[in-house]
Amino acid sequence: MNKIRTLIVDDSSVMRKIVERSLRQAGLCIEQVLEAANGAEALAAVESNKVDLILCDINMPVMDGLEFVKQLSGVENAKGVPVVMITTEGSEGHVVQALSAGARGYLRKPFTADQVKEHVLPVLAGKL
Amino acid sequence: MNSFNPALSLKVRECWLPTLQLSVREVFELMLACPLELPSESPIEAGLEITSMVGLAGQLCGVLTLRSSQKSASRMASRMLGTDADSAGPEMWDAVGEICNMVAGNFKNKISGLGDGCMLSVPTVITGADYCLHSMVNQEIHAVFLFEGEPLVLSLEIYN
Repeated sequence: MNKIRTLIVDDSSVMRKIVERSLRQAGLCIEQVLEAANGAEALAAVESNKVDLILCDINMPVMDGLEFVKQLSGVENAKGVPVVMITTEGSEGHVVQALSAGARGYLRKPFTADQVKEHVLPVLAGKL
Repeated sequence: MNSFNPALSLKVRECWLPTLQLSVREVFELMLACPLELPSESPIEAGLEITSMVGLAGQLCGVLTLRSSQKSASRMASRMLGTDADSAGPEMWDAVGEICNMVAGNFKNKISGLGDGCMLSVPTVITGADYCLHSMVNQEIHAVFLFEGEPLVLSLEIYN
């Protein structure tokens, strides 16, 4: 499998570490992990870095995950980059909003490493 | 799945206790790889000096609190991060706040109708046991567990 560069967006540094660990446990070869604590930081990160995968929380200060996904479509660097939401928000309404905004996957917290694998590998399959 | 109806009596809401218990058990089993146990007798709740809180607003208003000792909070953080308990450091507060956040989210997602109609605040963590929480509570759902033999107290205070 090719090495991937990933961006993890969550206002909790502990959650960012758990998501990164889950990706490694899923067997992904990770070349680089970028982190952002909110959507605004994440937009700045993708404007200046090429990434292959974005994992993003929804409820965050400054700019939430749904707004980030909407604005991501306007970032040239991020065209075609899949976004998987990882969030405590589990309602159908949130899922529909996220997928409509452009997210390719949706995983509810709490989660296992196996669930991360199940949600991430399919969206990467068509990209790498 | 239980369902939420604002007209439900407070008595009926007591039926949410099993849902709340399931919500916290799932978080500990999935994120900390640690099943919670029920105490055989009421543990001493005084002196639990780490309190994490998440507010709920919308169709259900209230606050969810999770109280533990500092030692337990460190152990929770180390289990989440896969590190030694002594090295959790300032991430301990982040970890216990996230646990409370996930319990609140997991709970509302299990109550039909609450998922879209109830918002969660960012977590707040209080250090120290000598405080009183004054709120306009109509109902409290209270559950006590043992985490690695130490008490863990979960409380959902409902305002409306």
